[in-house]
Amino acid sequence: MADVTIIGAGVAGLWAALALCKAGAAPRVIDRSGPPGPHGCSWWAGGMLAPFCEGAVAEPAIVRHGREAARAWAEVTPVAHRGSLVVTLERDRGELARFARRTEGHEWVTGGLRDLEPDLPGPSQALFFAQEAHLDPRRALADLVAALAARGVQIETGTACPEEIAGPVIDARGMAGTPPGLRPVRGEMVVLGAPDISLSRPVRLLHPRHPLYIVPRRGGLFMLGATQIESADRRGVSARSLLELLSAAYALDPRFAEAEVVETGADLRPAFADNVPRVLAQGRVLHLNGLFRHGYLMAPALGRQAARYLTEGIKGDLVHED
Amino acid sequence: MRDFYDTAFDTPLMLGTAQYPSPAIMEAAFRASGASVATVSLRREAGQGQAFWDIIRGLGVHVLPNTAGCHSAREAITTARMARDLFETDRIKLEVIGHADTLQPDPFGLLEATEVLAAEGFEVFPYTTEDLVLAGRLVDAGARVLMPWGAPIGSGLGLNNRHGLRTLRAGFPDIAMVVDAGLGLPSHAAAAMEMGFDAVLLNTAVAQAGDPVAMAEAFGLAARAGALAARADAMAPREMATPSTPLIGKAWL
Repeated sequence: MADVTIIGAGVAGLWAALALCKAGAAPRVIDRSGPPGPHGCSWWAGGMLAPFCEGAVAEPAIVRHGREAARAWAEVTPVAHRGSLVVTLERDRGELARFARRTEGHEWVTGGLRDLEPDLPGPSQALFFAQEAHLDPRRALADLVAALAARGVQIETGTACPEEIAGPVIDARGMAGTPPGLRPVRGEMVVLGAPDISLSRPVRLLHPRHPLYIVPRRGGLFMLGATQIESADRRGVSARSLLELLSAAYALDPRFAEAEVVETGADLRPAFADNVPRVLAQGRVLHLNGLFRHGYLMAPALGRQAARYLTEGIKGDLVHED
Repeated sequence: MRDFYDTAFDTPLMLGTAQYPSPAIMEAAFRASGASVATVSLRREAGQGQAFWDIIRGLGVHVLPNTAGCHSAREAITTARMARDLFETDRIKLEVIGHADTLQPDPFGLLEATEVLAAEGFEVFPYTTEDLVLAGRLVDAGARVLMPWGAPIGSGLGLNNRHGLRTLRAGFPDIAMVVDAGLGLPSHAAAAMEMGFDAVLLNTAVAQAGDPVAMAEAFGLAARAGALAARADAMAPREMATPSTPLIGKAWL
């Protein structure tokens, strides 16, 4: 008999399950589509663990908890502790200084990137965030599922309604859940295959119209992301967004023009009004939701706070009681 | 203050709703600024963004949908009609972009779309340049509000052509005018209001500030300061110093 039922096997639900296992509980995980895959927005993430960069616009809670993310993930999946780079085109140099003013944990790189990324000839100036990291989200999801399996938790396929389940329930269904105040923010991404380009860490391009990040993955693949549109539109990537993403990549390194478009994707990020995730306690049901663009950055902390709330009654800063 | 198609706005500040760090910060910025109008882009956000639209509605200000991103009269007209259905208002901030880099308006497409939309009963707020002749044609076509630019959209350069803006203001004393786009600092907003404009509209300068809420408040104060000054009949600049207290009879110390 499970003590806690978790509905939704995305990053939030899986991390809650792992945290509950560690706390000695026996969670059950149910997802209508089974183990993680293209049906969930965790699948489409970039996998950057970049709390300092996110801090340029995100609330301080994101930076504070996000700093712990790389360590938590490293217990279940390979994490590349390579830092991240922020660059601009020459004409937008003012943007870089502004980004530096609004973030911490960086150092200026001048005179080119020869030492850090020998294969990226373009930018003469950059900000280097040495403490940041990245991972491969799909591999991370699989490793998380494996870590749970090793503790005897299998992902069950099936629909479940919180009201019909006895005992505590964690509703981590993302946009399929319905906590009050949740809104969708559309994101679109592209995966390019460019075996002739090598990058060892994520690169963010600050651009007044088309900000972009490129995350290197194994096998010469690069994830380009991501748009951020206040919309519930679930259709595939739009021509305009594709054009913008590809143009920005091309501006960063013209060799991307020859890359293979391996994959495109679009999905909805669930978010609350402050773009900070919450553990929202409504009676027996705990909603774990609103991870916005910080799924991989915030899921370990959110899962841990949910587990501590359920097992010890400790109310962390991400916990809200309705 | 001149009114805007028979609606008087409480304050002379209009704010855009894009690019904020979060909707919560946007809401706080609106409250701090006292803005009376929110502009909303239909093409990207609002089409499928019921949740975001509910947030905008919750701001409790007038909504001014726009046709941002439209590059032809036909596209702008279609977008305006969709906006009328979606937002249940006849107001439309009409943008017809003529140049991809500077985003400056296409005067010909703008005039064409203004004629069509005004005839359909829209309250057209055309985003235009400071061009006097174009302004006249837009008014002839039915526009009772004009929105001349300060500088290119998002540039933060301020009032690029003060002489042109002054001439435009003087040329159409009965037409409500909003300086729209290019404002970077509260002083730009105050300067526009001092020149007799009826409101200012901006987005990036607030949304992309390090502290959007504080910057929103600063713009709200500046716009109101400028508006007060415009009604207070400013002194004329003089070449010669004029002491405010008499020099003769000054006490010897």
